[in-house]
Amino acid sequence: MKKKNPMSRALVRRETIAGYAFMVPSLIFFLGFVIYPMIQCIITSFFDSTMNRDDIFIGFANYAELFQDSVFLGALKNTVIIVVVSVPLTCIFSLWVSSVIYDLKGPVCSAFRCIFYLPVVTGSVAVTVVWKWMFNNYYGIFNYVGTNTGLLKQNINWLGDEKFALGCIILILLTTSVGQPIVLYVSALNNVDQSLVEAAQVDGATKMQCFWKIKWPQIMPTTLYILVITTINSFQCFALIQLLTSGGPNHSTDTIMYYIYYNAFKLYRYGYGNAMGVILAIIIAVLSAVQFKMAKTD
Amino acid sequence: MKSNTNVNRSTVYKVISVVAIGIFAFLFAFPLYWIITGSFKTATAINSPTPQWWPSEWVMDNYQKLFSRQVAPLWEIHIPFAETSFAGPEVPAALRWLLNTVFMGVVSMILTCITAAMAGYALAKKRFIGRTIVFSAIVCAMALPKQVILIPLLREMSSLQLYNTIWAVIFPIVGWPFGVFLMKQFAEGIPGEMMEAARIDGAGEWKTFYTIALPLIKPGIGALAIFTFINSWNDYFMQLIMLSSTETLTISLGIAKLQAENATDFGLIMAGASLAAIPIIIIFLIFQKYFTKGITMGAVKG
Repeated sequence: MKKKNPMSRALVRRETIAGYAFMVPSLIFFLGFVIYPMIQCIITSFFDSTMNRDDIFIGFANYAELFQDSVFLGALKNTVIIVVVSVPLTCIFSLWVSSVIYDLKGPVCSAFRCIFYLPVVTGSVAVTVVWKWMFNNYYGIFNYVGTNTGLLKQNINWLGDEKFALGCIILILLTTSVGQPIVLYVSALNNVDQSLVEAAQVDGATKMQCFWKIKWPQIMPTTLYILVITTINSFQCFALIQLLTSGGPNHSTDTIMYYIYYNAFKLYRYGYGNAMGVILAIIIAVLSAVQFKMAKTD
Repeated sequence: MKSNTNVNRSTVYKVISVVAIGIFAFLFAFPLYWIITGSFKTATAINSPTPQWWPSEWVMDNYQKLFSRQVAPLWEIHIPFAETSFAGPEVPAALRWLLNTVFMGVVSMILTCITAAMAGYALAKKRFIGRTIVFSAIVCAMALPKQVILIPLLREMSSLQLYNTIWAVIFPIVGWPFGVFLMKQFAEGIPGEMMEAARIDGAGEWKTFYTIALPLIKPGIGALAIFTFINSWNDYFMQLIMLSSTETLTISLGIAKLQAENATDFGLIMAGASLAAIPIIIIFLIFQKYFTKGITMGAVKG
């Protein structure tokens, strides 16, 4: 064993006391309102738990029920569709936008960045209510533009039609999720080592080669981070569903997040909702780990 | 010759792309434009299948309707452990919601900045026992979806008698470990020699933090402050679950309720949406620089 820490015992003690003294205010909130509920979430998932009654221990019954609950499986399927469609699109779109705008003049670049960030700042509720209007069957501009340009034969009830509702949700989700990746990519592209790029250009590399062989590997950590956060965000898609479709029509836009909410706050099945929460957390943890692994081996 | 065509081709690609991105930018900004203009349109203009791209007549009807719907006292102060409370003058409920939201944002921001700056500094600069465990717990918690813990959080808040108070929304925001993580990134940059020098001069732990570390991580605190404020403003799910009576609603929640009760009165809803969106957009535009910095710093080593 190497002796890695030459600090004296007294110093270690002093550092520890000081360290925790600085940590305490933050730890109170972190342990009290993040860690404690997380532990509670796992524990309650093994109980039949509802309002005004003591919890009854039922073992894995909640989990067993989950995998026979066709609505839950449908919600899982929808969630996966949302993630699988929106994550790659978000990443590709934001990479494309950033690669074009990052070397434009300062104010132009930041104006673009700002506009793409606006839907995030505006807030999910304000954005959602205006989209609800735009998608409206009678007063919405989508139907107006569609029928007047001849793209649509008749008005479509976008959010009320099983064929279109999920697509509409994904479209809105995309507009609210590209803002942050664009900011990240622009700053990553600006930090790429210029000497390498110049050396490659001297050797006659085309712009395309420059981008994929030199810049792309260097912005890989950013790509990884963006993948992880957009995946988590897409899994959490809730306000859109609750305000636009409430999971309908016919459960075609149920997501896990919405179904958790529905079980806990409409049916008051806390234990069952928590079991779903645990499953969702496991899925996200596994996916994040896989994404990290893939990026490491690349 | 070959390189010449290459240059031309890449210029053409660039111009086409910029134009395309311009069109996308226009489409991204359009919903916001639609909210603001929609809030000033007349009922007939809104309830016609042919949209008015630019309002032919600007009216305040929607705002009047919004403000005359419900009233609530502007503020209420409860004295702990006593029955007495002070209530402000009666105002339109929407103003109360706005005030609640600002209060929530400011308090979350201040508490988050203080606790996160101290904790981030300790994690970066103090070699205390259990440091790695605390830090791993923070990173793991960050990767988990926040909403998963909402059911237990709701029960916890009820048993603490905080349900339906603004504190039920504020405390979990403060507890969310992203701020600590961000401040640690900034605090890593504090030179050890400066702290050593301060210690030799006889400065205690607190004084070293206050006089050496704090001024150096100020840009980070600025970023975290604006980040927390905007995020708490838009943290709809938490507010939806924790707040229920007219006096405690936030502006996002208020519009959501408005929409649930008057699904097709789009003018009224757009007036509410403007009221929620415009203040936060102005704040974002003013502090944009810090904000961008905060987002990118959080991602480094993410």
